[in-house]
Amino acid sequence: MSRRRRAVGVERFEPAPLDAPLLEVEDLHTHFRTGRGVARAVDGVSFSLERGRTLGVVGESGSGKTVLARSIMGLLPKSNVERTGSIKFEGREVIGATPDDLRELWGSQISMVFQDPMTSLNPVMKIGKQITEMLLQHLDISKDYARELALSLLESVGIPEADRRLKEYPHQMSGGMRQRIMIAIAIACGPKLLFADEPTTALDVTVQAQILDLLQAQQRERFMAMILVTHDLGVVAGRTDEIAVMYAGRVVEKAPTKVLFSELRHPYTEALLRSIPKLGAPSHTRLAAIGGRPPDIVNPPAGCKFSPRCPYARERCLEEEPPLIDTATPGHEFRCWIPVGTPENREALEANRAAGAPSALAVVGEGNGMGTAAAPSAPTPHTRSGSIDTKGGA
Amino acid sequence: MAGHGTAHLRPADEVLLRVESLVVEFPVGRTGLTVHAVSDVSIDVKPGETLGLVGESGCGKSTTGRAVMQLVRPKGGSVTFDGHDLTQLKGEELRETRPKLQMIFQDPISSLNPRRRIRDIVREGLDIWKIGDDAARNAKVTEVLETVGIDPEAAGPRRPHEFSGGQCQRISIARAVATEPKLIICDEPVSALDVSVQAQILNLLQEMKQRYGLTLIFIAHDLAVVKNVSDRVAVMYLGKICEVSGPDELYAQPAHPYTAALLLAIPVPDPTVRPAERSGVGGEIPSPVAPPSGCRFRTRCLKATDRCAQEEPEIREVRPDHFVACHFPMEPGETLAAPAPTAGNGSHPDI
Amino acid sequence: MPEQSPDSGEEIVRTLVADEQRHDLPADEPSLLIAAVEAGPEIAHNRRRRKGLGIGAWLAIIWISLLLFSAIFQPLLVSTGVIPDPEAQELPEISGTGEALVVAQPPSLGHLMGLNPRGEDILSLVIEGSRRSLVIGFVSVFLGFMVGGFLGLLAGYFKGRTGGFIGSLLDILLAFPQLILALFVVEVLGHTVTNVTFALAIVSTPVLARIARASSLSWSEREFVVAARAQGAKHRRVLWREVLPNTLPAMLSIALLGVAVVIVAEAGLALLGAGVAPDLVTWGNIIQTGVPELKDSPHIVLAPSIVIFLTVLALNYLGDVVRARFDVREAAL
Repeated sequence: MSRRRRAVGVERFEPAPLDAPLLEVEDLHTHFRTGRGVARAVDGVSFSLERGRTLGVVGESGSGKTVLARSIMGLLPKSNVERTGSIKFEGREVIGATPDDLRELWGSQISMVFQDPMTSLNPVMKIGKQITEMLLQHLDISKDYARELALSLLESVGIPEADRRLKEYPHQMSGGMRQRIMIAIAIACGPKLLFADEPTTALDVTVQAQILDLLQAQQRERFMAMILVTHDLGVVAGRTDEIAVMYAGRVVEKAPTKVLFSELRHPYTEALLRSIPKLGAPSHTRLAAIGGRPPDIVNPPAGCKFSPRCPYARERCLEEEPPLIDTATPGHEFRCWIPVGTPENREALEANRAAGAPSALAVVGEGNGMGTAAAPSAPTPHTRSGSIDTKGGA
Repeated sequence: MAGHGTAHLRPADEVLLRVESLVVEFPVGRTGLTVHAVSDVSIDVKPGETLGLVGESGCGKSTTGRAVMQLVRPKGGSVTFDGHDLTQLKGEELRETRPKLQMIFQDPISSLNPRRRIRDIVREGLDIWKIGDDAARNAKVTEVLETVGIDPEAAGPRRPHEFSGGQCQRISIARAVATEPKLIICDEPVSALDVSVQAQILNLLQEMKQRYGLTLIFIAHDLAVVKNVSDRVAVMYLGKICEVSGPDELYAQPAHPYTAALLLAIPVPDPTVRPAERSGVGGEIPSPVAPPSGCRFRTRCLKATDRCAQEEPEIREVRPDHFVACHFPMEPGETLAAPAPTAGNGSHPDI
Repeated sequence: MPEQSPDSGEEIVRTLVADEQRHDLPADEPSLLIAAVEAGPEIAHNRRRRKGLGIGAWLAIIWISLLLFSAIFQPLLVSTGVIPDPEAQELPEISGTGEALVVAQPPSLGHLMGLNPRGEDILSLVIEGSRRSLVIGFVSVFLGFMVGGFLGLLAGYFKGRTGGFIGSLLDILLAFPQLILALFVVEVLGHTVTNVTFALAIVSTPVLARIARASSLSWSEREFVVAARAQGAKHRRVLWREVLPNTLPAMLSIALLGVAVVIVAEAGLALLGAGVAPDLVTWGNIIQTGVPELKDSPHIVLAPSIVIFLTVLALNYLGDVVRARFDVREAAL
């Protein structure tokens, strides 16, 4: 009904110069007021994303990664939420934009793929109708053309017998198929930015690989920027340009993907990486689990938020929160006083071990499985001696 | 079909559990069609061993687990546990075997009754079987909760929703070991958890195994996880066994093309491995209502020939203690050949 | 239990925070809950206290309490003269023709709900009627709840032949026109309070059974039920300890709605002349006597109708409160 108004909206969001970053997030805070106090789900996150690039956002449950994605999308509740900072999409401020402007953004400029396709698809509507409605809502095209477009979209996301599938309901499809449909819907209007929030967590490894391949192929083909949110570093390793590791609502380490894996500095990044079972390791290798629990975002620990679980933590870490520190590598920054790979780091570990820690520093009450696991029993595999830049730690 | 036969089974007097030619089928509504969930599967587990059961969802691995427990009644085959064929037991006789055969479920939240207190949940088995007096049961509950790393004092009177997924899984483990079972079937116990929590639970399972002298069947879709915990791995596809071997051998030299494909699909935390170079297997698992003829994997197999469509391969020993059900098993060092148009498949450096 | 649409801000925050913590922390306010576990009983206690009842719930409770109080102590209220005795009214003067003059009086300070043509105080009639109407409402639903709830529980848990049989039985009962069924039972057995209660219990049984069945069906599929079976629990134990406690909150809330429906149904039967014998005062019968005078003295019908309206509203509200209070996850917030 409001096609005219939509047209106005399009004008309002005229494209910014192509060399400017597509998305710029500055000091974003998203706080929820809960019965117990303020939950700082996102606490001062800044990053920028160029057109066509992929950013991986990695963290455990409770790290704020999903809330970050939703904050940028504007998919937050109206009450009991405070969102401050700045989110610029194509140079325009999104925070404080009117609902009409936002509606214009969603779907056509920014879209999202969720973890569970079944809950995001309407179970009583045929696939074809869901896609064409989406197209008709955002594009000024005829119904017939929308149908054609839907068909070619399904083909482009690798769905065999697309014309038959259009007449099916979501429950008639496998999880992988549904996720393909979700991707088709998400890319239907040619968005410039795609959020993929744990898009493969509910899927099998083989299908996961296919879906990630598909996302990557579509992204390249359409020159979309993508933010891939996941808890698994393995998923983002070969598929992103840059990775931001989140903990307790903050980015604790951010680097170009290759740099992150080869020169990681933050103990949390290291711990995340080491907790993944390695195919190369012999069976029954004890896994380096991260002890303790994710942080309490209402009453976070003083100092470094990771310090209660960190095997390297010293007095200073418990008292003073480290700022984001730049390294010699452009784009690589981290929040740590005693970064991985420095002599101080090794000393800290030895000192903590000698003192019977890290269990002394680790969260109590989680029992033996974790306390012992938190103690790293092998030297860190990622400290490639020689290439360590010690300057950053100072 | 990717594999029938019992060549890989070990002598009956050496094993704790022996499943022979298990068949489970379900009717599809009133359509007259049948889901062939498990078709002629044979596995065995020695005391103290961990058998990993791997495969994609829909391969029948969970159904196999439930059929062993007789929670789903098999249509054919036998399940010999501790000298009894469970498929022949009924009612009270079957119930008597329960305390020795326990299960841990995938969804840690859904597998705990939201209205009951942790202490009562863990105590349930002891109450059902009237093991020990009240004081002894309480002591046992306290002991198992402590061993899984849950504080019995603080947690005991609380209800499951007050705990995280990882903690709920610990409670499930405590419940499973409380009756001192011989065998625990772990049905995807870590696939709903974050990687960091997953590592904790895997380590805990190993500890519990040693402490209580358990035998485990570990069902999962993640090969890296399975490799970490198992002494022997059976790969399943569409209700059939593809390959059985020790984990290190299986991962170093997969003989079944499906195993090789599964290995290639695992995401590797190493950015120098371009994922596009290692895509493993295309397509999705076919419907178990009308499984392909011959070898069930042939529709997705890069090495399939006409013979695979006509003749079902039988499980045979290709290397010492390495069994495979394939007409054209892969040689050591062989990699999956690339299908003509798509990008080349390189083998994984970690394998 | 139907999923609630996230409408209130708190609800959305709850959903969001829960979403965020989906993998590891399923609870509503995970960090709070973890803190509660760590800190022991104090925090948990505060949390429980924090969630008060809304003003609507209090109004509903006050109204129901008032009704129950006046119904129970009606003889006492009459004997102490707080309300006039409906049996011993000062009868109006008889006109010369010997015909009772229409003396129905609209509400006044002395008679809050007015008088009916027989000169009886309607407030006291309503209170006397509540003794029967509430008994009919609560007892018939209680009976329906016990029988229907039990059948539904079984039908949902045993999905096989037993479930199918009970299911078809319920379908047949449901298909039978309810009002006609009730009319039939009352006509055959007689117009007593007991029989009307019985008739309405029969009518409410299949409805409650269907709801119990749906709830039992969804809970029976949960893994903890399988887990209990795997532990070796017998069916009775599984039903009693695992399924029933989870279906109960929804059932109780529906049962309170049921009481409201039955109270209205009693009035409906009375209007059709198929309720309790007219010489016994019930809410339905009061309304029924007022119908001929509706044009001149609407208060005779309106006063008891408003009481019924408020009672039904209060019961509905309480039903919601019961559901929310006993739902583990919601109560935790």
